[in-house]
Amino acid sequence: MELVRAHILVCGGTGCTSSGSKAVQEALHRELKKQGLDKEVKIVETGCHGFCEQGPLVIVYPEGTFYCQVQVEDIPELVEEHLLKGRILQRLLFTEPLTQERVPHYKEIDFYRKQRRLVLRNCGYIDPEKIDEYIARDGYVALAKVLGEMTPEDVIEEIKASGLRGRGGAGFPTGLKWGFAAQAPGEKKYVVCNADEGDPGAFMDRSILEGDPHCVLEGMLIGAYAIGSDEGYIYARAEYPLAIKRLKIALAQARELGLMGDNILGTDFCFDLHIKEGAGAFVCGEETALMASIEGQRGMPRSRPPFPANSGLWGKPTNINNVETWANVANIIRNGAKWYGQFGTEKSKGTKVFALTGKVKNTGLVEVPMGIPMREIIYEIGDGILGDKKFKAVQIGGPSGGCLSEGQLDLAVDYESLGSAGAIMGSGGLVVMDEETCMVDVAKFFLDFTRAESCGKCTPCREGIQRMREMLQDFSEGKGSLEDLDKLERLAQTIKDTALCGLGQTAPNPVLTTLRYFRDEYEAHIRDKRCPAGVCRALLTYYIVPELCRGCTACARVCPTGAITGKVKEPHVIDPEKCIKCGACMEACRFDSIILK
Amino acid sequence: MCACNHQLTPDSEYARLEELLKEYKDQRGALIPVLQQAQEIFGYLPEPVLKRIAESFRLPLSRVYGVTTFYAQFHLKPRGRHVIRVCQGTACHVRGSARILDRVQRELGIESGGTTEDLRFTIEPVACLGACGLAPVMMIDDNTHGRLTVDMIPKILDMYE
Ligand SMILES: Cc1cc2nc3c(=O)[nH]c(=O)nc-3n(C[C@H](O)[C@H](O)[C@H](O)COP(=O)(O)O)c2cc1C
Ligand code: SF4
Ligand code: FES
Repeated sequence: MELVRAHILVCGGTGCTSSGSKAVQEALHRELKKQGLDKEVKIVETGCHGFCEQGPLVIVYPEGTFYCQVQVEDIPELVEEHLLKGRILQRLLFTEPLTQERVPHYKEIDFYRKQRRLVLRNCGYIDPEKIDEYIARDGYVALAKVLGEMTPEDVIEEIKASGLRGRGGAGFPTGLKWGFAAQAPGEKKYVVCNADEGDPGAFMDRSILEGDPHCVLEGMLIGAYAIGSDEGYIYARAEYPLAIKRLKIALAQARELGLMGDNILGTDFCFDLHIKEGAGAFVCGEETALMASIEGQRGMPRSRPPFPANSGLWGKPTNINNVETWANVANIIRNGAKWYGQFGTEKSKGTKVFALTGKVKNTGLVEVPMGIPMREIIYEIGDGILGDKKFKAVQIGGPSGGCLSEGQLDLAVDYESLGSAGAIMGSGGLVVMDEETCMVDVAKFFLDFTRAESCGKCTPCREGIQRMREMLQDFSEGKGSLEDLDKLERLAQTIKDTALCGLGQTAPNPVLTTLRYFRDEYEAHIRDKRCPAGVCRALLTYYIVPELCRGCTACARVCPTGAITGKVKEPHVIDPEKCIKCGACMEACRFDSIILK
Repeated sequence: MCACNHQLTPDSEYARLEELLKEYKDQRGALIPVLQQAQEIFGYLPEPVLKRIAESFRLPLSRVYGVTTFYAQFHLKPRGRHVIRVCQGTACHVRGSARILDRVQRELGIESGGTTEDLRFTIEPVACLGACGLAPVMMIDDNTHGRLTVDMIPKILDMYE
């Protein structure tokens, strides 16, 4: 590696790319060249730093100075101040909202301070397209240790002892699962990485693959050695082109160095990987559907047993794990199960990565020790609710998970506590909702999703979700009776108990939890014909505030049904009978005189 | 989709399909990758292409059709030059993506899933583009537009011819 005096890390994650980090990077290149610094200062494009809200992010090492919301226009000043004069450019530092202090080093920012970045330890530090940088951070040390000093049984025992549980949703103990596949009779065995991440509102796996693809490959190599497999698949969502590109680069580099392929590191161990692109079906995240899809069929789940450990891909024993599960493996082997055991709670060991989004000030990717109270994630890492509105709910686990209310804020975030509250850990989506979010609407939203994604194989899911959705539609229009709420609850429970696969079994969770924690909101819709959050359109009316209306006629001209009347320069009125609530007038009004009541 | 596709004669498109079929011949689980790449060649999956693929894999056409219609990624009808994906994920939903979609639909006079008559735009629903920090988000072709407000829509659409 050539000697340079400073490294500039520019985030190339999806969040920062969308806010213009590519242009910032190009501007940096130009400016360094112009100042004659291009030999001494190196630009590195990294994966996601997690603090997407503040993007584009630029970090200058060796100091580790953290600049946020960097724009192309800032670059000349940044280069001159920091790299020529050695002064920190104050105005681009992050400002801690509570204290209004500018924080130069990212480790001191509250958003990062509460986190424990084990899985994400390399994300944002290394260039994910260079295997050398991964190796420089102890990459592939665990693989060498496994091949040199450990038997497959040792590896499985170590993973069992660590208490690692699957991060794909259900939290099944990983060591146990590996043990089943290792013991299953058969010569040919497969390992699979589930990178189908389909939860709307989640992007943890994507960030790991984009920011540190080698840690997933290393985990899979170790798993393959443990169960006796020589071939594997990574099934990635097609909407993730950057993750797929980086995986392909990583795979080629690992092959070149003899870390993948025949006789790895000079031993008898042989293993290679295929990358499969999904074709857009949420249900393919379910393990049996995923394998059907790899085989080139419609991705429909089948009933288990037989479990994949005995009969999986092409009928062979198969071990399937989630991206984040695989990403934990090398850390555990390198540092030992005991080290890993210090993080988390008794039954939920280690850390979990969450995608913190919605109506929270700091959105982004966070990694926290299991067992942390929900309140700390939302109020300390996330810095509370956007616009200082009132917190209403947090949705955890995506369409299979649940909505928790104020009363559950002190709940510990681990598998057991979440389960007892009716939610699930899920893959790690965490969506914060405020007083302007209607819970009936949220339940409807998730059912829209699961209804569209149901594969249609079994009746409870195919017909049941549709029926629940119809009932919710009625409620959102103020129809139905209070008894219908009990009916909905019974139906939801029946679907949960009878559907074939996890999709149908968990699809009622958003309905059940909103009924449990926000029943008053349902009642307000039905009994009072009122949507307290002001979201459900059928229960709202558009109204022109006469004092604000200047009579410009803009609204009357755009109204598709001619519901608005009034003379020029005089206040207009909307005829509620004719209004179809399309909202066109509200958009057209330049004086904010149209409101929803 | 790259613009050069439109200048190719159908013959050369079919020639590329044949190459593709040869490349994947006798490979297990090849049907989905072949459909994906065929769609890249043709822009969508017209019936004769499906027939040819079925024949080459020695599968009944119904099986190929079944796979094609199962996955959201495959299209049996031609699509617009630009594909608009308005994120309908949870984070975007709670930050008002429904209004964004409404506006895009109204600007273009088509529903989500539809294509404008001049084949300029197709609107596709999508759940989470993985840029939730910038919600609400939409993606046009490979460009992500974040922190959207309704009045930004016409200007953004104008950028795509
Ligand atoms: C409808 C449905 C969707 C799923 N989607 C995913 C997914 O996107 N990613 C994932 O890792 N697991 C997903 N799972 C869970 C997998 O079936 C499986 O349990 C998991 O990949 C096992 O890995 P783990 O033990 O490492 O968690 C899904 C399950 C269901 C029922
Ligand atoms: S529960 Fe739903 S997704 Fe699962 S097999 Fe039944 S119909 Fe298909
Ligand atoms: S929910 Fe829209 S980008 Fe994730």
